[in-house]
Amino acid sequence: MQGDFALHHRVFATLNIESVPVKVSSDLESVDGLVIPGGESTTMSLLIDSYNLRNPLKKYGATHPVMGTCAGLIMMAKVVPDKRVNPLGFMDIVVDRNAYGRQINSSTEMVSFHFNSATKMELSTTLIRAPKISEMGKDIHILGEFNQSPVAVLSGHFLGLSFHPELDGIKIFHQILFDPTSSVYYKKINQTYAA
Amino acid sequence: MSKGTYEVKVGLAEMLKGGVIMDVTNPEQAKIAEDAGACAVMALERIPADIRKDGGISRMSDPEMIFGIQEMVSIPVMAKCRIGHFAEAQVLETLEVDFIDESEVLTPADEFNHIWKHDYKTPFVCGCRNLGEALRRIAEGAAMIRTKGEAGSGNIVEAVRHMRTLMTEIKRVTRLEDDEMVAEAKNLGAPLSLVQQVAKLGRLPVPNFAAGGIATPADASLMMQLGAETVFVGSGIFKSDDPAARAKAIVEATTHYQDAKRVAKASTGLKNAMKGLDMSEIPAEERLQERGW
Repeated sequence: MQGDFALHHRVFATLNIESVPVKVSSDLESVDGLVIPGGESTTMSLLIDSYNLRNPLKKYGATHPVMGTCAGLIMMAKVVPDKRVNPLGFMDIVVDRNAYGRQINSSTEMVSFHFNSATKMELSTTLIRAPKISEMGKDIHILGEFNQSPVAVLSGHFLGLSFHPELDGIKIFHQILFDPTSSVYYKKINQTYAA
Repeated sequence: MSKGTYEVKVGLAEMLKGGVIMDVTNPEQAKIAEDAGACAVMALERIPADIRKDGGISRMSDPEMIFGIQEMVSIPVMAKCRIGHFAEAQVLETLEVDFIDESEVLTPADEFNHIWKHDYKTPFVCGCRNLGEALRRIAEGAAMIRTKGEAGSGNIVEAVRHMRTLMTEIKRVTRLEDDEMVAEAKNLGAPLSLVQQVAKLGRLPVPNFAAGGIATPADASLMMQLGAETVFVGSGIFKSDDPAARAKAIVEATTHYQDAKRVAKASTGLKNAMKGLDMSEIPAEERLQERGW
């Protein structure tokens, strides 16, 4: 709708997964999963309401995998302490907008990720006017942290990231939700955490 | 950790895609823009239509005005500096604006040199009329390009001319053999490495937005269909009779630019658009697009 959707399409193309833009509720009927990209959360929140997408998105999320990056993470939250944004409430987290400051503080950071016992890696991640997860409920699995603050969290079939894997061409997060053949597919990660 | 790298700068430009960036001159207008769904605002003292009307020298905005807008809205705040005025750019960086527009809308400070934009952590956007101009600005470090159009005219014709020219030249480059690209780089007045990159990608290496003359929802749709990834609207909103409604309508037409029914709906019931100027009414020496090279 608004944001860096083109870069997400590029990541899907490298995974040989077909992807289409979702702008109206009928677009949801043909897709197996959804990415809410980076962009401006105030814009997304307004457009979701003015184009009557809130209920269709909530209904879709109840049964389909959804990933949010940056502004998308904000939209995934249960609570956003800023009345300009009304999130979708998919994940039991509180997210603060622009918590790292303005663009001059945007940065690339090395972060260690731990997906399951077999898959750990250091990845260079890019934070653009990034949000911060300030509180979490139970059943939220932290996949990676930066400065003691979670930057990648998984809860059931919802994945929230405060950074932009699509900017650095990182594929593994898209594989978690959308590639059942991957060793890090969310159902397998959830089993690991349940065990 | 690394801040202000070229990738981080282009990264913010990527986030602004599919949106509308609106010119605002005070916090109240910024609020109207944010509430209408703008993905960023451009803070400037006078909108281009008034700069054109009032004449005089047009400079960087008063920091106090920029602070007021930064306090009012949470979306990115951009500001303009004069072409070649690197001290104004240094000041804007200390104000922590999210993007600097080295803009032909302001009176140029240097008729020969643009700013060396790699020296800054803040990303820059620059205007262009064609591929050569775009690649010269990218070589200097611009993280985003916008076609210039004719700011403050309310007339889309120049924006279309510049976007068509840019897209045609990009297509041409993609068809060239390796040995032909050296001559093409010479003709364009652009670095060979960037010409080769455009040939490989089939697009500019940075996001490509449109500006200068967009006044209606259909104007926005037109520019998006011609290849713009986001639109800047300057005078078109706050020179119209109902800025809030028009701002919202232009956002809707930009999101759904391929859906003519929605553009029609967005265009319905808006009060008068800005009056606008025919190009024949703007003498050649007063055309803002001629500033910069």
